[in-house]
This record gives sequence, C-alpha cells and structure tokens, in this order.
Amino acid sequence: MSDRPAFSCQQIVELVTEYLEGGLDVSERLAFERHVAICPPCRGYLSQLRRVSKAAGALSEDDVPERLRTSLLEAFRDWKTGPRGR
Amino acid sequence: MVEAEGRKKTAGGASEELFVDALRSGDETAFARAVDRFTPAMLRLARVYGLGVDAAEDVVQETWLRVLRSLDQFEGRSSFRTWLFVILGNCARGRSEAERRSVPVSSLESDGIPAVDGSRFFPAEHPRWAGMWTTLVDSWETLPDERLLAREARDRFREAIDALPARYAAVFVLRDVEGWSSDEVCVVLDLSPENQRVLLHRARTRLRAALEEYLGSDRA
Repeated sequence: MSDRPAFSCQQIVELVTEYLEGGLDVSERLAFERHVAICPPCRGYLSQLRRVSKAAGALSEDDVPERLRTSLLEAFRDWKTGPRGR
Repeated sequence: MVEAEGRKKTAGGASEELFVDALRSGDETAFARAVDRFTPAMLRLARVYGLGVDAAEDVVQETWLRVLRSLDQFEGRSSFRTWLFVILGNCARGRSEAERRSVPVSSLESDGIPAVDGSRFFPAEHPRWAGMWTTLVDSWETLPDERLLAREARDRFREAIDALPARYAAVFVLRDVEGWSSDEVCVVLDLSPENQRVLLHRARTRLRAALEEYLGSDRA
C-alpha cells in the first residue's frame, strides 16, 4: 500500500470535480476519501463546490423575451399553414 | 397516455414521442411550451459563441425554423432536446464564423488559474506542511438556502457566470443550471468526457471563489 497516492490539500482542491463526477480511479478515489475524512478544510471545500453546483439549479428560470416569443409563434403559424417542405 | 409514458421506445421516451407528434400535427400549445422551456438555455448557449443579444435571438429563431422544417427527419435516436441543441450549436457557430468571432468551445489550453489561490497553502518547500491549507475553510453544508439564494446572491452568481470564459460558462450552464447529464453535454458541445470535467471544474471553482468573496464580505 506504500505506492498509493497521498494527496496534498492543494492537489485535493483540483480533484474535487473529478471525484464528484466519478473520474478518479479506485486508488485515487480511496486516497481522496481518506484525505477528506481527516482534513476539515478540504471537507469544507468539498461542501462548497457541492453547494455551488446545487444552488445553480435555482438560476434556471429566465423568461423568454416577449418579442422573440411572439415572433416564434408567428413563425410556427406560417410553418403550419405553409408547404411543409416534404 | 399513462401506459404510453411508462414505455421508453426512443431516447427521449414515449412522452417525447407524443410531444413531437403534437408539433408535427401543428399543435401551437405544445410548441409554445417547448419555446418557454428551451429558449432561455438556447439564448445562453448562443451567447457562448460570442454573439450579442440580438444575434443570439436571431440564431434561436433560425434554430426553431430549422427544427420545424426537419421535424419529419427526427427519428428519436437522440432526445429532442439534444437534437435541438446540436442544431442550435450549428446555427450559432455558422453565425459566429460569419461575424468572425468564433469561440473555440472545445479548446482547453490551461489558463493557469488554480482552483484556490496558492497563497492559501503552505509552500512546496515547507518541511512539514507543504501543500496544506494555511487557513480555515467554512463548510457550506449547513449554509441556509436563504443566504445563497437571496436575490442579491443570485445576481452576484449570475454576474460571475457571465464573467466566465465562454466555454466554461457553456458547460456550467448546461450541467449545473439546466441539470443536463454529462453525456448529453458532451454530445451538444462536442467534448470528450475528460475535457467536459476539466471545464466544469474550472467553472465551479471560479464561481465558488466569487461566492466566497460575496459571502465573506457581508459577514463581519
């Protein structure tokens, strides 16, 4: 087990997304988890990136500009009544 | 209809087949719903190709027209959404090349900015703590949603996304704002899974830094 990668905190912060996305191999993942288990700042950092990702979901509610919406619906009516290309 | 929704014949599932059939038959309500659902993300993605607001709206309009004209060729091998956004990407790239503002979404040269500023770690030559944090890092696990999702925080969040390099923003918006899978993002942005993760990481770490600054500044 002496050849297992032992990450520094500075390396851990660069690996968080790889970890969350399942991009690490088994030995890297275990080393990552061992580090985080005993390192409160890295645990804090991991929680921060998770929150960034989760909070972003609340930003998805923009309206469609009314002018664009109207013109898209007009285009749809034209398409519907015109020759359908086939 | 209930039974139909339980089956998955195409990539997008049976309810999507019904939706595409509705579009083909000229159902304006179905079209309006699709416009409302997809257009905001389409506009954001079009901007990633370096287009201004007006050009992005043109591209979105052109995309929907192309989609309607080629509806009969849609076979459901990908989901409707993937198909829609691949067409959007083609239109946006075409427009952006015509305006000579091409932004290589897949280019991945390092910008040399680390996830966390090096000053927050002990230097590499430190005999005992090389590469370890010199500072505490707050856990955000129990940070109340009201802090992170208050209007001001959200405005700050959006500004920080707008300030990202375009290709980082594209991946972040589709993955974390819109909640797409990594596979779908790779198809639409033509990225390898590895590159997609690198871009997502850079986006998340920069946004984290921006939010940390914001949250720290109103503490005291």
